[in-house]
Amino acid sequence: MRDQRLWTWHLAAGAIILVLLGLHMIIMHLDVLVGIFNPGSPHPTDWVNVVARAKAGFFTFSYIVLLGAALFHGLYGFRNILFELGPGAELKKALNVVLTLGGLGLFAFGTWAAWAAGALARTL
Amino acid sequence: MIDNQGHPNRLGVWGWLGGGKWGAERYLYTLHRLTGLGLLLYFLLHIFVTSARALGPEAWKASMGRVTGPIFTVGEFLVFAAFAFHAANGIRLVLIELGWAIGKPIEPVYPYRTSVHEQRPLAIGVMVVAGLVALAGGLDFFILH
Repeated sequence: MRDQRLWTWHLAAGAIILVLLGLHMIIMHLDVLVGIFNPGSPHPTDWVNVVARAKAGFFTFSYIVLLGAALFHGLYGFRNILFELGPGAELKKALNVVLTLGGLGLFAFGTWAAWAAGALARTL
Repeated sequence: MIDNQGHPNRLGVWGWLGGGKWGAERYLYTLHRLTGLGLLLYFLLHIFVTSARALGPEAWKASMGRVTGPIFTVGEFLVFAAFAFHAANGIRLVLIELGWAIGKPIEPVYPYRTSVHEQRPLAIGVMVVAGLVALAGGLDFFILH
């Protein structure tokens, strides 16, 4: 039952990633063909564009949602691959702990980075 | 917790590629896993590389400077192409998982038709979409820049 619920969240996270990562890919990598949300210069990674996006609450919010969805989707998928190889019960428990704590730690770090970048951008 | 219900996974990772006469979808499954693992690895590094924006323009420029050059451009394109494939194939998998792309149950009358007959056009369609997105990315990465 628990895994069924986690699998459903895995699919839901995939749908969120499809939209937000799709938008991220268009902004960062189809910058010549599409060219959106890069108001300061043609290059998406130029500091002026990074600041412009960081100032917008939408991007801070979407980065944090994408971070959480991608970490869950990726680490849960990785866990399933590892579990499929048939580790023992103790190793499964250890993997659950490591992946959960690792995911939460990365989420906290990435959220701090998105939040701090937004705060810094608003002072400029 | 996932149990294999007493059936040991004897093939292990080898089962992703060999172990039977698989259809094309089996190799999409393998590629889905490989691209997923690649994207996860890239994403974990990406979190640290892009966190430099929280420390100001100099830290950001230094961080971007460490991941610039032809090798990184090719690597980023591979990530883009992996995303295109993983996303398109993921949509296919969800449609099948939810029972929307497997066809209706029919009488087993010769010549037999299986669910694969319904799924194969979808598989081909999403691969065409993934290919077109990757092509657009290649154009942007290597031709227009």
